[in-house]
Amino acid sequence: MSSGYFVNLLVIAISAAFINNVVLSQFLGICSFLGISNKIKTSTGMGFAVIFVITLASIICSLIYDFILFPLNLAYLNTIVFIVVIAALVQFVEMIIKKYSPSLYDALGVYLPLITTNCAVLGVALINVDNNFDIVESIVNGFATAVGYTIAIVILAGIRERMEHNDITISFRGFPITLITATLMAMAFYGFAGLI
Amino acid sequence: MNKLKPTNKLFKNRFFERISNGFFKENPIFVLMLGMCPTLAVTTSATNAIGMGLSTTAVLVLSNVIIAALRTFIPDKVRMPYYIVVVASMVTIVELILKAYLPSVNESLGIYIPLIVVNCIIFGRVEAYAAKNSVGLSFFDGIGMGLGFTLALFLIGSFREVLGAGTILGFQVMPKNYEPVSIFVQAPGAFLVVAMLTALQNKLRLPSATNGTGKKSALACGGDCANCSDETYATYHEVETSKQAKGKED
Repeated sequence: MSSGYFVNLLVIAISAAFINNVVLSQFLGICSFLGISNKIKTSTGMGFAVIFVITLASIICSLIYDFILFPLNLAYLNTIVFIVVIAALVQFVEMIIKKYSPSLYDALGVYLPLITTNCAVLGVALINVDNNFDIVESIVNGFATAVGYTIAIVILAGIRERMEHNDITISFRGFPITLITATLMAMAFYGFAGLI
Repeated sequence: MNKLKPTNKLFKNRFFERISNGFFKENPIFVLMLGMCPTLAVTTSATNAIGMGLSTTAVLVLSNVIIAALRTFIPDKVRMPYYIVVVASMVTIVELILKAYLPSVNESLGIYIPLIVVNCIIFGRVEAYAAKNSVGLSFFDGIGMGLGFTLALFLIGSFREVLGAGTILGFQVMPKNYEPVSIFVQAPGAFLVVAMLTALQNKLRLPSATNGTGKKSALACGGDCANCSDETYATYHEVETSKQAKGKED
């Protein structure tokens, strides 16, 4: 564990959260990004649910890949295994939270089933495998990616709350103006490209 | 369109009707607004768009046929895991074929090929159509929807490629002194092009899910990702949980 290892982890984290932002430059999880971003409160809830699920999924998928699929030469089955594991995991987490922490369930429960089909979760698991990340790197990458998602969705929700009473051309109301906002945010995030 | 009068025998044909439905009436991108992630991500060039469209078509046709053939054997309560496994297996098959025979396509589409698994179009069609209809009809539904998706991706992809690089499918189409507006082939351009497209649809009052005039898809959550809000989702969630609670009491 040299200092170079930690620098490497920091590079992975900054790259995943800002430079290759999961929604604004990789277009994963667009549905929920555009759909649940009309209020800061709900988008924060969704953001935390995504952080929780993606971090957990990165840990479990990385363990399964390193200790089961790769040693048995079954790496080509990773898509099938990961999607089944993620779907089961989300159901399982929902059941556990419902039983043991009703307050947390009220805050996150609504968003959990939405996350099953959120392509960001499967996307992160596959990116971890593609880049040959070890388990620590996978956790850092998963967590940072989800933080990037949360930053993006909360910023978009903030802008949309401000725009609510603005006079927007009829054809642009609703979906188009949200996408235009996303365009400007994507341009701003493009500026992070020179960071590393 | 004049050739396709309703009196035309071909148009009455149920199989042909499925194909034209996927192209025009329920086009997955222009009308239903499903599968936004690949729409934004892989339309950087017309070639990528066609590669993605055809891969999705293959997955959709194969899964539709298998699910339609098994529809009487799959218990209703555990149908989602069945669908997930079938779709994921088909995606893996397509991915392995691409890796073996078209490595360059696989290289440029990268992670988006395995991510076909979570494309709403696949689950939407499997759940809404193939689970209720015959194998033949589901096959043509898959072809129609898949090719409609490919066509839409190709149009958006060529538009971005022409403006952003001055080419279509790699051939120079703009004059030599045209300065490419490279933002169109980069990430912000994807959002901008789709924003303009939906604004145009609103302006011309074309059917689209974004202005509430398009056909509602029959996905479990209502499908309408563009207009999904926490309220609609929360109501759906409450209904489902109360249903489950009732089921337990019974």
